[in-house]
Amino acid sequence: MKKKDLISITDYSKEDYLRILELAGDFEKHPNQRLLEGKVAASLFFEPSTRTRLSFETAINRLGGRIIGFSDAGSSSVSKGETLHDTIRMVSNYVDLIVMRHPLEGSARYAAEVADVPVINAGDGANQHPTQTLLDMYSILKTQGTLDNINIFMIGDLKYGRTVHSLLMALSEFENPIFNFIAPEELAMPEEYKLFLKEKGIRYFEHTEINDNINHADIIYMTRVQKERFMDPIEYEKVKNVYILRNNMLDNTKPNVRILHPLPRINEIHTDVDANQKAYYFEQARNGVFVRQAIISHILNLK
Amino acid sequence: MPDSFKKKLKLKVSAINNGTVIDHIPSENLFKVISILGLQNVKSQITFGANFESEKLGSKAIIKLSDVFFEDDEINKISLIARNAKLNIIRDYEVVEKRVVVVPDEIIGIVKCFNPKCITNNEEMTTNFIVISKNPLDLKCKYCEKITHEDQMVIK
Repeated sequence: MKKKDLISITDYSKEDYLRILELAGDFEKHPNQRLLEGKVAASLFFEPSTRTRLSFETAINRLGGRIIGFSDAGSSSVSKGETLHDTIRMVSNYVDLIVMRHPLEGSARYAAEVADVPVINAGDGANQHPTQTLLDMYSILKTQGTLDNINIFMIGDLKYGRTVHSLLMALSEFENPIFNFIAPEELAMPEEYKLFLKEKGIRYFEHTEINDNINHADIIYMTRVQKERFMDPIEYEKVKNVYILRNNMLDNTKPNVRILHPLPRINEIHTDVDANQKAYYFEQARNGVFVRQAIISHILNLK
Repeated sequence: MPDSFKKKLKLKVSAINNGTVIDHIPSENLFKVISILGLQNVKSQITFGANFESEKLGSKAIIKLSDVFFEDDEINKISLIARNAKLNIIRDYEVVEKRVVVVPDEIIGIVKCFNPKCITNNEEMTTNFIVISKNPLDLKCKYCEKITHEDQMVIK
């Protein structure tokens, strides 16, 4: 049988999404299920990402599996100049599953070709981060009871933010979504995604500021404006404080609205929002463990 | 000497008995075509000519290969850099077939991905693209998923 990988969110169908989200619900009810007993997973972080790594390693531990790996390239053979090909070939001999994070785009797809065991992409540069998308979908499903008819506002860096691109692709598989984009001109949603929505006949609106328009939202998805994405530091300074969500902006929003953020946050959500019951970003991060347990189970056919 | 006879004489010089003539190659891409087709390894007689006048291209190059015939997927590799190339298949000094090159749906190797952060530009490996538009050319990298447009295309 052909091995399953998870490299890009578009590798999976709507049926796969729903299956994983259903499994995640089961893991939330019963987090400790020793389905990975006797199995070894590699956690290969060629660049540091504390949140994602801990979430994956918790998921593997809760499934009763063991973990080998490294948390940054400096402590691996990469620092001696070993190619990705050789590292993956070698590790693939030892383990039943590889979870990898790598700064170069396309590295996960290449690793999946080289490895004999399933590969889960935990982020390949600015390209894909599919497990984040699935946990975003799980958070939407859990708070809204459905993935259909969702009015979502995406705010911040919509140009380089891979999480918003993947979520846009995934939500487009469901009934009647409405997308609203709020971003500075420099960080606007790229044309290719708007064209994709147009071709699918999906409605979207573009705004330049956060105002009463968010009162229609079911989901407000905030993203961080990343300094490292800017060639010109002056451009960063110009836009970094433009899109900050404050508690008083939420006064007239719908009761079911929830605020999501892939985290880490810098200042784009003011801390006065944290106590609002509409804030959901920390629960969202917690959901990541259940969703990753579900993804691992799905890929290894454990359930 | 009548013109028609001169023309015939000129042709005679480099005419081939059996083989393939690749015509209408942009002159500046002659050496890339040679490299893509691996002609350096061909043992039979080959004639290269460059900087011929061409109405279409301004300046064109020609390759004449004795006893060499190409499969479609082999010759189509040059479509990226010799869009208007035409093949004349010669048997017994006669043109028995004319063919044009077409851009394939998938391109393996040949082109560099334009994205400097793509794994293919950082590891010894073969590139792989899906052709999402043929005119103008748009190639989607199988690895980083970014699109290399025709004006960004660099041949490896």
